[in-house]
Amino acid sequence: MTRSSRPGLVLEVDRRTPPVLFHNGENFRLERLPSGSRIVYPPEPLEALKHPEDAIARAVDNPHNADPLRAKLRPGMKLTIAIDDISLPLPQMQLPDARQLVLERVLTLAAEAGVDDVELVVANSLHRRMTEAEIRRMVGERVFRSFWPDRLRNFDAEDPDDVVFVGTTEHGEEVELCKRAFESDLLIYVNINLVAMDGGHKSVPVGLGTYRSIRHHHNVGTLLESKSYMHPERSALHHSASRMGKFLADKLDIFTIETTLNNAAFPSLYDFLSKRELEWSLRDQATYLAVTSGLKRLPDQMRHKLLHSIASPYELTGVNAGETEATHAKTLENLHRQHVVQVEGQADIMTCGVPYIGPYNVNSIMNPILVVCMGLGYFFNLYRNAPLVRPGGVLILTHPTPRAFHPVHHPSYIDFFDVVLADSTDPKVIEQKYEKQFAEDEWYRHLYRTSYAYHGVHPFYMWYWAAHAMDYLGDVIFVGGDRAVVSRLGFRTATTMADALEMASETVGRRASITHLHCPPLFLPEVTP
Amino acid sequence: MIAIELKRSVPRYAASKLAGRTTPGLLPYLAPLRVGHYDDPEIPGEGWVRVAPRLSGICGSDLAMISGDASFYFSPIVSMPFVPGHEVVGTLDDGTRVVIEPVLACAARGVEPPCEACARGDVGLCVRTAHGIIAPALQTGFCEDTGGGWGTMLVAHESQIHRVPDGLPDEAAVLIEPLACAAHAVLRANIEPDETVVVSGAGTMGLLTIAALRQLTNAGRVIAVAKHGRQQREALRLGADDVTTPSNATRAVRLATGAHLHSPDIGDAWLAGGTDVSFECSGNAAALDTCFRITRGRGRVVLVGLPGAAKIDLAPVWHRELDVLGAYTYGMESNGQRTFDLAIGIAQRVDLAPLVSAKYPLTRYAEAIDHAMDAGRLDSVKVVFDLDAK
Repeated sequence: MTRSSRPGLVLEVDRRTPPVLFHNGENFRLERLPSGSRIVYPPEPLEALKHPEDAIARAVDNPHNADPLRAKLRPGMKLTIAIDDISLPLPQMQLPDARQLVLERVLTLAAEAGVDDVELVVANSLHRRMTEAEIRRMVGERVFRSFWPDRLRNFDAEDPDDVVFVGTTEHGEEVELCKRAFESDLLIYVNINLVAMDGGHKSVPVGLGTYRSIRHHHNVGTLLESKSYMHPERSALHHSASRMGKFLADKLDIFTIETTLNNAAFPSLYDFLSKRELEWSLRDQATYLAVTSGLKRLPDQMRHKLLHSIASPYELTGVNAGETEATHAKTLENLHRQHVVQVEGQADIMTCGVPYIGPYNVNSIMNPILVVCMGLGYFFNLYRNAPLVRPGGVLILTHPTPRAFHPVHHPSYIDFFDVVLADSTDPKVIEQKYEKQFAEDEWYRHLYRTSYAYHGVHPFYMWYWAAHAMDYLGDVIFVGGDRAVVSRLGFRTATTMADALEMASETVGRRASITHLHCPPLFLPEVTP
Repeated sequence: MIAIELKRSVPRYAASKLAGRTTPGLLPYLAPLRVGHYDDPEIPGEGWVRVAPRLSGICGSDLAMISGDASFYFSPIVSMPFVPGHEVVGTLDDGTRVVIEPVLACAARGVEPPCEACARGDVGLCVRTAHGIIAPALQTGFCEDTGGGWGTMLVAHESQIHRVPDGLPDEAAVLIEPLACAAHAVLRANIEPDETVVVSGAGTMGLLTIAALRQLTNAGRVIAVAKHGRQQREALRLGADDVTTPSNATRAVRLATGAHLHSPDIGDAWLAGGTDVSFECSGNAAALDTCFRITRGRGRVVLVGLPGAAKIDLAPVWHRELDVLGAYTYGMESNGQRTFDLAIGIAQRVDLAPLVSAKYPLTRYAEAIDHAMDAGRLDSVKVVFDLDAK
């Protein structure tokens, strides 16, 4: 039996429309939006591949614009397999992880071909190292036992013995890469393509790149010209990454394997998160009440643990392999099939809830800088063609923004918040004045290499990620935010949604149009201005 | 004369110590202070003159004494009852505007020959402060015979008198005494060019230490630890490169120095590496503890603020082989100049007058002391008595 999947929906709020769900950090809230507001709902999850293992086998045997994988494998060769890290997917998926399935197929082919020199590298770039348990979960027991720890490891972008300077693109971008990967006869990149921003040429030069390389596209100037990150053709970030990727592809045999997932982000217990409020059953309403009041009463640590233990029932909707660009084009096609929702016209006000999880706080804490990255970086930029909100419009986000940081994962974030943001919130000023100091700080470097800390420069990238929104919007208001924290971030706080809308009217007037992005689950509004 | 006098009173001392800090506004009434009409102090001997104070500061050491937080260590060299006030700008009988160097050393006491310290010019280290023609006291403002700045008349020895340059406002002149303390502290630390310096506490002493650092040394980065907004702004104005708050101090210094941060199982974090020199200017035990934890191995920690009895983990001092330097007062510096002359020079180059935030007449002493106790939180720096005010 096939499951029907309804496309996304733009619902106009009227007097009968029930309150709408907002993610609110480690809880949820219902807000009643004024009549005439629009709610953009995600499409329902697409039907999954019935036999993912077979689909993977077919993909690597019939690649796009490349020889089949088994034809590339030979005894005596040096093979490196790079894997997307813990930032994907969100939340972590129920087992088996898509990467495990791909790895098992690739390693079987390698073994059949007599390839002995195989190394698996987590392409964590400047992200924190994954723990042993996290890697075990991702690659599966069989792969883990066979390769950990000598032949399965995190990439260390600060290890001079494992980094090689490859050269410079025609645009002057320095390309530095994981040495093991670059010196391999074949580099296979195993990806999970959760959103349109992921994958393609962005995988290798970023995932296995260093600060020296990444700074050429993760900077304020480039990100201001990326409109949007989810629309690679219009993203200067992707243009730069593509130049680097092509530069590398001329020197290195890269075989890309990309997977796409449906958007079944939450298990059935949390159905109310994915359903349209008009269709909430009594059970959904009861679950909402039980979950929200339960989360409210739980101690911080327990609430945190509970939420981060949620595993998504994501399922594979496609696997493509081969030459990077050809593969990625197919991946995007498949992704758009799941994600794209047509929206007519921009609103004066965009509303959205910021959830408990983002790419950089898996098993960690969503600190205030990551909240900004999620709200202004990812959700604002979750569009094709044009933003959901008009130039000079207002973005209203819900999140309590506590001043909470994970001391192991985010040490440089603490100093970024306390020192850098106390001085300026202007991305350009911050970049010019502080980035180099943080990027080259020996302590951050030490913690990145030996502990589980994000690289010292990482909070800067989170801030730059929001630069386009800061430049574009007339105001940003956090409903329920901690006043001191939000003020440090350079934004405004409102106690209630009604207050926020009142405050927004100062910028966009009293007859403002409102569009609510009902996200996650993730999707991609294609906006016709 | 009209003056505020501090008397010996065990019950009042106990009351002010118990309730003074916890109950805002109560301390001036609990403390053994009385404002009233008293006889002018008598000239004790040759070389002594009368000084009519114009402005007189309320110092942290005065407040510690009033609130019962001062160390009993000083009791043998204090004579009660006395009129407090040792930060004084006033006029001589002929109208000359002067500041007084309050240390009551051998010269003022008529001790001959002077002790070794006084002979060297280190009057702050005088060992005869309980001898001679006047009652025991380390300084004017703690002596029953001389009067003090919190009265309309005091007597001072000519060795204590420094003429105020024309054009220097009283508000700046009244800060010359604490500025001299700061200058002395800065010179004690032998700052090498480009050394990183932390100034912990940004009350009057901290801010003046920053000013002295910039005027007397080629220090590199100066990081001020300041709790309140006004203090932070003044710290930057007077030459600090960065300001941070006490709760962020360790991380801010780590960031500035590229040190590594360690977090013990119990207790505050500390730095492997850190600043070259720390000046602790608040007299606060927790702040001193932080200084020990953020100063690099064989660095210097200078005690500028008046410390009291404190329980502090000295493991970092041992582990880092820190030099802990006291910096009490002035005298003759190693460069052959009197500290007060250096301070007067600085006061002519740096605009200090804005640091005087409030002036009170003596009759409003309760409000003045209350204000001074909470100066930081009230966005103030120095609170003074205006002896000419009615």
